[in-house]
Amino acid sequence: MSGKGQRLEIVTPQRKVFSEDVDFLVAPGAEGELGILPSHAPLITSLNVGIMRIEQEGKKFKVVVSGGFMEVRNSRVTVLATAAERPDEINVERAEAAKKRAEDRLASKVPDLDTLRAEMALKRALMRLKAANDK
Amino acid sequence: MANLRDLRRRIKSIKGTQQITKAMKAVSAAKMRKAQEAVISARPYSKRIKGVLGRVAVASGGINHPLLAVREPKKVAFIVMSADRGLCGGFNGNIIRRAAQELKGATDASLITIGRKSRDFFKRRGYKITKEYIGLGDDVKYASARDIGSFVVEKYSNEEYDVVYLIYSQFINVLVQKPIMVKLLPAEPPAEEGEDETKKVDYVFEPSAEAVMAELLPKYIENAIYQGLLETKAGFYSAQMTAMDNATKNASEMIDKLTLVMNRARQAVITKEISEICSGAAALE
Repeated sequence: MSGKGQRLEIVTPQRKVFSEDVDFLVAPGAEGELGILPSHAPLITSLNVGIMRIEQEGKKFKVVVSGGFMEVRNSRVTVLATAAERPDEINVERAEAAKKRAEDRLASKVPDLDTLRAEMALKRALMRLKAANDK
Repeated sequence: MANLRDLRRRIKSIKGTQQITKAMKAVSAAKMRKAQEAVISARPYSKRIKGVLGRVAVASGGINHPLLAVREPKKVAFIVMSADRGLCGGFNGNIIRRAAQELKGATDASLITIGRKSRDFFKRRGYKITKEYIGLGDDVKYASARDIGSFVVEKYSNEEYDVVYLIYSQFINVLVQKPIMVKLLPAEPPAEEGEDETKKVDYVFEPSAEAVMAELLPKYIENAIYQGLLETKAGFYSAQMTAMDNATKNASEMIDKLTLVMNRARQAVITKEISEICSGAAALE
């Protein structure tokens, strides 16, 4: 790898979402957002549900990631996400439906509600909608 | 000699069968292609998660985690993956035979069956099945792997299982599927392969090495199961395609043979008739 640029690879259990050289990225780490420039120190972090911002040759774009890990090593960034989508791949209708479902579940007073799961679902849906709406 | 009408009827019935096998072959070929793509596109993630897990294990240096704990293997669990349906040659038979072989030495082992065929087999033979999953569908959902994964992870953490094996058909290519057994738990972080930088890298862990490991390990298990499910699916469809192709070929062969017999019978009838007419005419003269 040359001094400039770093390879970003985003993979999910289903497919390889992204694999290109990028200049800069901001990832939703477990301990807060963190920016990665080329030649970053080796790092392994778990990721939150959130939006990853990527800069590539002056262009900026986003990828929604739903949890997972990021490994940085030798200017290679590997993101192992549970799910990852580019904004234009997001199915807005589905996300809206998921949001509504999660809200209903949280609002309903079912005794043994899996609150954590519902909240996570809501968070994922909200992130997808947010990313889809401001491309 | 068989009579003509029977032969015609048989040929017709075989033609009907052939049409069905031909259609089934086309269907399984299409599904196989999809399943094969799924296997291939899942490989990068598998490779990466193995790599990361291996490096985390080296970098963190002998970390303790319930899923890494090696215990004396008293309580053994097997996860057996088969297909839901048959008509696929020896595919299910091979995997079940392999599983039965492993189970022979461990009579009190726990069984988790995936797919209708393995469940039926072991149920018929009076094995107790701890948990069964059937009808997981044509496109394998990651959520199914997560269900199965969290089930065994919980059992393992509670020390209800000391070792968990996964038996499934490895998809090598369309013609070859090999039953294999892998040790799922205790998790053994894979040794790094082929890379020159085997030396320890000083990673910064966020939030901590333990926390990363605690999240990474269940994912690794889930992924191994997911991979197994995908390969089983792809293997099943390719086995079915091959089986149906053979059946179609056999039907053609049979039709050819029967047609020959039928033609002979038809000719014999004609010859007989002519000779009867001739001898009748000769008698009149």
